[in-house]
Amino acid sequence: MSSPYYDPKKPMPAFDTTTEWLRGEGECADVVLSSRVRLARNLAGAPFAAKSSRSDRLTTLDQCRSQVLRAGLAERIIWVDLHETGPLDRSLLVERHLISKQHSKGRAGNAGPAADDPRGVAISVPDERLAIMVNEEDHLRIQGIRTGLALAAAWRDVDQIDDKLEQGLDYAFSPRFGYLTACPTNVGTGLRMSVMLHLPGLRLTGDIEKVKRAAEGMNLAVRGFYGEGSDAVGDLYQLSNQTTLGKTEAAILQDLEAKIIPRVVEYERESRRDLMNKRRTVLEDQAWRAWGLLTTARLLTTEECMQGLSLLRLGVVLGIIDKVPQKLVNQMMLIAQPAHLQRVVGKDLDQEQRRLARAMIVRARLEAKPL
Amino acid sequence: METPERKRLRDVGRHGRGGLLPRRGHRFYASGVFKKCDQCDNEATVHEVSLRHGVKIEKHLCEGCAASQGIAATPSAPINELIKHYVLSHGITPMPATGKANVCPRCHTGFNEFRQHGLLGCPDCYRVFEAQLGPLIERAHDGGVKHMGKSPRRMLGHSTRQAGELAGPPTPESGEARRIVDLEERAERLRRIRKKLASAVAAEKYEEAARLRDELKKMSEQGAPPPKT
Repeated sequence: MSSPYYDPKKPMPAFDTTTEWLRGEGECADVVLSSRVRLARNLAGAPFAAKSSRSDRLTTLDQCRSQVLRAGLAERIIWVDLHETGPLDRSLLVERHLISKQHSKGRAGNAGPAADDPRGVAISVPDERLAIMVNEEDHLRIQGIRTGLALAAAWRDVDQIDDKLEQGLDYAFSPRFGYLTACPTNVGTGLRMSVMLHLPGLRLTGDIEKVKRAAEGMNLAVRGFYGEGSDAVGDLYQLSNQTTLGKTEAAILQDLEAKIIPRVVEYERESRRDLMNKRRTVLEDQAWRAWGLLTTARLLTTEECMQGLSLLRLGVVLGIIDKVPQKLVNQMMLIAQPAHLQRVVGKDLDQEQRRLARAMIVRARLEAKPL
Repeated sequence: METPERKRLRDVGRHGRGGLLPRRGHRFYASGVFKKCDQCDNEATVHEVSLRHGVKIEKHLCEGCAASQGIAATPSAPINELIKHYVLSHGITPMPATGKANVCPRCHTGFNEFRQHGLLGCPDCYRVFEAQLGPLIERAHDGGVKHMGKSPRRMLGHSTRQAGELAGPPTPESGEARRIVDLEERAERLRRIRKKLASAVAAEKYEEAARLRDELKKMSEQGAPPPKT
């Protein structure tokens, strides 16, 4: 069997369009891109990551890595030592939602982020359904991701991984507070469930703010495409639970998957139907303009591109445009990101060059022509 | 009698009190001009502006004259009182007066440090700061105070109890109390090994470090329950 270690001198394994959340299948795939579940865990007898000395962090990394790699978590797991990985590859992992921005930068200490801070990530390949960050804010962040609305399946994956890791690791736990985490907002189950939603209909009808307020009123966090502090580019929103203590995992799952998310999905569908019935020409115009922009532009910024793809996706889902499958549009949303562009082109690009490359790649893929 | 709409401006930056507002920049001192009391020659430190029938009436008095007129009857609240009041009204538990309880003896994280960054230093912080953290956690979790989810199977004595079964405080009869003690003892042993390991690495005693690392691994495996089927 080949070594699970990723060699930082070689290019990243050929991640392209295999990733789970881009498949564009599953329940409610017209609105829900993906479902994600993550668990926060810490080792007993060790300080949390932010208060650990370098030697402590190395010990934690060593302990977790060895357990992750021998616990039989997936058919194939690769391990990436992030402190030995270049910035472009780290950005690639952020864009694929396999590590957080914070984990990419390294520990935010007094002296600012340190790229050589000992930390890593394990990823199941080629599906990328599983990612385990070591030495982020918590010692372990176990993430499971599934296409469409499938929080229950993602939770099952993560729950099993958690049990397997526990075979060789002592978790910090208190009967009152549950699993102890560096930030008390994650304490208890350490469980965060989130779904990535595409809500262009609600934006066009102007109801998006209402939905955001309603979600916040139900104790849900509403975030952009790349999590905390990011904008909702391309009408993509992440909705997740905020409370992790005082409820069972099953109750958190039930609330989101059976009650809240279906309501938001129905709301979005209703607004799309409404637009189709009352403002069909406007909607068709918007979708075809997006197609026109994406297939003819010679320079594209990330925002322009994501906005175009959002409207194109809406057009494809509603049957206005049948030139490309929905899956391809999902994939373009990833390929348009800076690190992925540079990966496809195979060299570092400045902002201007990226706009050029983005337009070329999007055009070629949408028209199914070789570059 | 018509009650005048009264707006009281009190210069709390008066002598010897230490104030909330800097004296410089106060509207009456903007030009740096000494303002004399309306009644005597002392410096006016209490300023009152009131409106009567739409006419603005200004009074500038020294502390003594103001007191005799009943204007400055209540002394300004000391700043720590104001903060205490604010903290209590916002439900933030004030720290106990003793300095020692505010620092975790294990990782030396101060409660103030936590408040600044939002991150605790180690699992022990939850016990050390339990009184202060309790209400904060309750609010952050919409009233959730007690863990209801799954537990490490080590904690459950190798059983395969499902999430949610662990409810209520541990009782000695249930054997749970003993398991908690076990957990804490394990944590303490792990902590000791980790400490030795760190010193071995620092002293470049790599053979010993390797032995300790294996010991750490073995210990975590030993207590492990059989895998769930």
